[in-house]
Amino acid sequence: MPVSTEKMVKVFGRPASLTEARFTYCPGCHHGILTRIIAQTIDELGIVERTVGIAPVGCAVFAYLWYRCDAIQASHGRASAVATGVKRANPNLIVFAYQGDGDFASIGTAESIHAANRGENITVIFVNNQVYGMTGGEMAPTSLVGQKTTTTPDGRDPALFGYPIRFSEMIAQLDAPVYVTRQALYDTKRIMDATKAIKKAFTNQLEKKGYSLVEVLATCPTNWRMKPTEANKHVAEVVTKVFPLGDLIDRG
Amino acid sequence: MGERMLLRGNEVIAEAAIRAGCQCYFAYPITPQAELLEHMARNMPRLGRTFIQAESEIAAISMVYGAASVGVRTMTSSSSPGISLKQEGISYLAGSNLPAVIVNIVRGGPGLGDIAPAQSDYFQATKGGGHGDYHMIVLAPSTVPEAGELTMLAFDLADQYRTPVMILADGMLGQMMEPVELPEPIDVASLPVKEWATTGAKGRDPNVILSFDLDPEVLKRMNLALQKRYRQIEAKEVRYEEATTEDADILIAAYGTVARIAKSVVRMARAEGIKLGLFRPITLWPFPYQPLKELAGRVKTVLTVEMSAGQMWEDVRLAVAERANTPFYGEMGGVVPTPRRILSEVRKHAS
Repeated sequence: MPVSTEKMVKVFGRPASLTEARFTYCPGCHHGILTRIIAQTIDELGIVERTVGIAPVGCAVFAYLWYRCDAIQASHGRASAVATGVKRANPNLIVFAYQGDGDFASIGTAESIHAANRGENITVIFVNNQVYGMTGGEMAPTSLVGQKTTTTPDGRDPALFGYPIRFSEMIAQLDAPVYVTRQALYDTKRIMDATKAIKKAFTNQLEKKGYSLVEVLATCPTNWRMKPTEANKHVAEVVTKVFPLGDLIDRG
Repeated sequence: MGERMLLRGNEVIAEAAIRAGCQCYFAYPITPQAELLEHMARNMPRLGRTFIQAESEIAAISMVYGAASVGVRTMTSSSSPGISLKQEGISYLAGSNLPAVIVNIVRGGPGLGDIAPAQSDYFQATKGGGHGDYHMIVLAPSTVPEAGELTMLAFDLADQYRTPVMILADGMLGQMMEPVELPEPIDVASLPVKEWATTGAKGRDPNVILSFDLDPEVLKRMNLALQKRYRQIEAKEVRYEEATTEDADILIAAYGTVARIAKSVVRMARAEGIKLGLFRPITLWPFPYQPLKELAGRVKTVLTVEMSAGQMWEDVRLAVAERANTPFYGEMGGVVPTPRRILSEVRKHAS
């Protein structure tokens, strides 16, 4: 029986702010979902013509390819400092930095903390997948205790390499930031929560409230050597025990 | 011209940057350039411009990278160890075709060195201190007023060629006070619009600032474009000064503070009948190879004098190409050569 499309309503489509360029991410990786959420947020807020995205070094180095907004590729770890320069030079621009855990919480530690401490009116998306993806699966500052990586082949030993760093908690104890939250993408509810958090983080900037940080727990099935479904389960059952979800501060 | 003021070199560079329309300045404290940072801290906010004391030298140059991407005139300043830290950002600025001004008030090195004047960062400044095939224009003032003039020129050259430009001075120039008359501030609105800047993709395709492509053929083309621009700069922007070279049979080649001291040496040598001249490169990159080559054909000796172990000396020897003798006299560690000491070196080579 033929199906009529006359009464169908389009409820889901490709965000206009997303380009046609294909993602370079591996199958099952959460970067793609996150990229889409950000593009959708840019659409909803109608800010694509005044947004500047800062791409990091790491798996998201190509981030400038996927948005129909201006973009800058920053050196490793410096995206928050580059975002500072952009925002201070032109406060009318909406500036977001998209950074992985190695970029944001290891080599860029100083830039990340101090942009937050100055209360720069920017939005930072911090993707925590506990591994260096692009370089082949080395230990990240956020790697879990016992996690096997190519540089911790017997598992992360805290006696040698310390513990996974809860960077958002460090930022949340500063006075200046207005919104610091940790989100995940392992199921529909988490995706919807993360979408709301990201919209809030951009809205705070539009309303000149100040610094917002959205940490997103993401999967890396390739380097975790898991199927995507196993990786989602791993985030839900293991990673969130070390990195609890939810708002750390909300002064918006 | 504006009013006559008595200012330190550091303050003159800062004030000249403001008058050149520097909209954003980012820096980290370090001796002997602290007065530059402090002048900017006092003056930029009241002009409605951006001053940030950055958390590190790397953060400061990265903020410059961001502000330059937006198309405003921007500057950072530091001294030797701090400039070493900025090399990452300078390489990115060059690779991304971004205009910016970087001031290095050089101090003794290597390592922590000391806070006295030196010229031992010449290699780092002129040969590409960071990674990759790049150059930046390097301007070397020899007096406080010239530091102001070259700072204003630096912003123009940076914009014209979309390249980082370095002011290479030293602790002596930074700290010394001299009377200066700075030009009136430029009208920033009169500057050409930077169509490439990331100012928001309104009514146009997105602009992207990057220094990167994973396809070697594409990256090669990006490199070739840079090299083409460097050849243009070499053809058009060489600057130098000569003093009493017409009848000279011995030349001192020196830049910056040492060139200023050498002018006294020229007078002293002439008084005792030595036909001494001075060749002073103002652009250290592009180096004035051709003019020095032509002069070298008319003299017996080109004595290079530097506050280093002989860094510019390499460029002098390339230019002279064995047309003349090329002895060297240098001081290190922050020791400033006296006119008398340089004169005794000159005497050794005067026949």
